[in-house]
Amino acid sequence: MTLRTPGADLPDHPDRLWRPAEPKRAYDVVIVGGGGHGLATAYYLAKNHGITNVAVLERGWLAGGNMARNTTIIRSNYLWDESVGIYEHALKLWEGLEEDLGYPLLFSQRGVLNLAHSLQDVRDSVRRVNANRLNGVDAEWLTPEQVKEVCPIVDISPHVRYPVLGGTYQPRAGIAKHDYVAWGFAKAAADLGVDMIEHCEVTGLDVRDGRVTGVQTTRGPIAAKKVALAAAGHSSVVAGYAGVSLPLQSHPLQALVSELLEPVHPTVVMSNAVHVYVSQAHKGELVMGAGIDAANSYRQRGAFHIIERQMSAALELFPVFARAHVLRTWGGVVDVTPDASPIVGLTPVEDLYVNCGWGTGGFKATPGVGWCYAHTVATGEPHPLNAPFSLDRFTTGKLVDEHGAAAVAH
Amino acid sequence: MLLIPCPWCGPRDEAEFHYGGQAHVAYPENPAALSDEEWARYLFFRDNPKGLFAERWSHTAGCRRWFNAVRDTATNEIHAVYRVGEPRPVTA
Repeated sequence: MTLRTPGADLPDHPDRLWRPAEPKRAYDVVIVGGGGHGLATAYYLAKNHGITNVAVLERGWLAGGNMARNTTIIRSNYLWDESVGIYEHALKLWEGLEEDLGYPLLFSQRGVLNLAHSLQDVRDSVRRVNANRLNGVDAEWLTPEQVKEVCPIVDISPHVRYPVLGGTYQPRAGIAKHDYVAWGFAKAAADLGVDMIEHCEVTGLDVRDGRVTGVQTTRGPIAAKKVALAAAGHSSVVAGYAGVSLPLQSHPLQALVSELLEPVHPTVVMSNAVHVYVSQAHKGELVMGAGIDAANSYRQRGAFHIIERQMSAALELFPVFARAHVLRTWGGVVDVTPDASPIVGLTPVEDLYVNCGWGTGGFKATPGVGWCYAHTVATGEPHPLNAPFSLDRFTTGKLVDEHGAAAVAH
Repeated sequence: MLLIPCPWCGPRDEAEFHYGGQAHVAYPENPAALSDEEWARYLFFRDNPKGLFAERWSHTAGCRRWFNAVRDTATNEIHAVYRVGEPRPVTA
């Protein structure tokens, strides 16, 4: 019997999904931020607009910020027409995205329940269901018993402090595997010629005569005809390099997972009032999140009392979780706007575009915002679906107040 | 979790406090005279630095008084706390 090197019979290293690129001296478009939104924007710039001389600059590794940290919930049941426009566009893209990217995303339309715990909750929820249906979004109002049918582990007894009085249900909502989404977009964009440049932090924006001409980075200066910001929690910092101030506050948002468990949770449950949202990942972890930490911070960690409160909320809704364990908690930095809606569009600096302010809910919009932001950057005009989310709405007063449907406390 | 030194009660757990955002934002002296841009700036725009930030806290589960702090948002280190009405102290 001959001795074999351990591992010698294992298959070869899989092919790289994208080639790491060295920064060129100039690009047509430089995208600042290699998260989901930046990668999706790069993909649609190449695919929809034929613009392939594009670099995605990422200060860490691709999709290592909020894209690696979110709770992967996808839905489009927002209240206002403007929001439904962009979120439903995203959901429709999600529904064909695996085929489009040629990459598995574990996209699972297992539905989302948004629970109501007070009479006002019920009124607001029913109103939102009606608004959704008028906008062609699948939405239903469920009684507590119907909630229990969709998700048998929810406690609907009247004896808890905040009984479940019903909930809205969007059957087409669900989850996807966040890392696969990033990798799928990165691979597809790289295949079309986009440069993925990691460990390249933007340290300045070159502005001449009111027009952006390039970026300064830790890997040298890069000229650009257009610069598209997609820097999430660091948007204020990056936009500040060009003297653009944004109505954003950066906060930590935490999430956590349990150990791997047998499938117990068939859908996604969100509760504004007791405040937790829970799904179960394909692998088996219970994935939970709640509200942001109150104080501004760029630290990717939050306070433990936030975890403690969301755990008690989860236990009230799901007594069966009492014996599960918290395996891991983490935080990301989210950029929150005054109206809980994003800012996507032009800036006072010519050829500088901004996509930020997605706060706690940017993942679900990934393909939709990539599509619309790419259009905005390529044409220099806001896509109709992101036109309502312009920076100047804070001056005109035409806010898109989604604090209710954002489902995460700000 | 932050350990916040209330200027009245001493160091207490963050959970006892309520956050009030940026400090030293004065109500406009003559609101009617503001342009839409100026009003938007007062209403919606606050500093969001990665670094030292003067902010308001209320010790809601203690003395219930508001005070100001200078905290580094990159490290969460609190460099100073001071009473409302006092100027922002010079910090390193």
